Amino acid sequence: MTELSLNILDIANNSTRAGAKNVIIRVAADRAKDLIEISVTDDGRGMDAELLRRMGDPFATTRTTRKVGMGVPLFKAASISTGGDFSIVSSPGKGTAVTASFGLSHIDRVPLGDVGSTLATLIGGAPKTDFKFVYSLDGKTYAFDTKEVKSVLGETDLTDVTTLSYLKDMINENIDNINGGYII
Amino acid sequence: MKTLQELQEIRDRMKSRVANRETADESDVRIVVGMATCGIAAGARPVLAAIGDEIESRKLTNVKVSQTGCIGICAYEPIVEVYVPNREKVTYVHMTPEKVGAVIARHIVNGSPVTEYTYSYAVANRGGNA
Repeated sequence: MTELSLNILDIANNSTRAGAKNVIIRVAADRAKDLIEISVTDDGRGMDAELLRRMGDPFATTRTTRKVGMGVPLFKAASISTGGDFSIVSSPGKGTAVTASFGLSHIDRVPLGDVGSTLATLIGGAPKTDFKFVYSLDGKTYAFDTKEVKSVLGETDLTDVTTLSYLKDMINENIDNINGGYII
Repeated sequence: MKTLQELQEIRDRMKSRVANRETADESDVRIVVGMATCGIAAGARPVLAAIGDEIESRKLTNVKVSQTGCIGICAYEPIVEVYVPNREKVTYVHMTPEKVGAVIARHIVNGSPVTEYTYSYAVANRGGNA
């Protein structure tokens, strides 16, 4: 993947496909610690130990286990290659949390990229799921929540292209505002 | 700075337009973008965004855009499927944001598929790119 935001889209798609009602995406960058941590946490159906074990071995799967693919291994490899740590915690019926950290200044770390577009794509693809997104750089934080969007707009349909395009731009503006010209 | 309040105002202005077509679903054109790992890695997200932008700027109200998982021909991603009622499905392959304008203008608006972007054309004229 050429942007970390594409990995986020891919991993969060797993959450919605696992029936999650709520997905929380956190991106926290810290220049002093030279680190970015990304987590995707959901309340979907979760995975048992056997499926969790298989997540690390995408090519061992057969057609009957097709729900395990390349998404997690790609995210993990992107993290490990920058000196980061990667973990998945999951429990059946409760949900899954995927956490990956990255060396902020590591030469192999790809840019964060267009997070607004990732969120707009997720919302448009799973309008019944609520997405919360929390971004921070050096402790300065921006939070976006589709629950808040729905309460302000007074209706639940967020899937029209005008709304999604506006939300995309709004999220990116807020991130840019926190970054103050710094590109992550 | 963009705000949810401003978005609400934009949506209020759009309401009349949307209300006019609440029941028109049967005649809707469906555009489906493959958004599995293979599609995302190949560039499906900007393709989807370009489709949305094009529909918005042309103010098309009879088009429904959705996403799907892996279509099974990953080497041809990004893949966009177009369903026009009473017509055969058209599968566009190796899509880019630049190709989206032609697909919307020629196929969705004027009803004539862009043959050279289709899967069947790509298979019949198979080059080095999958």
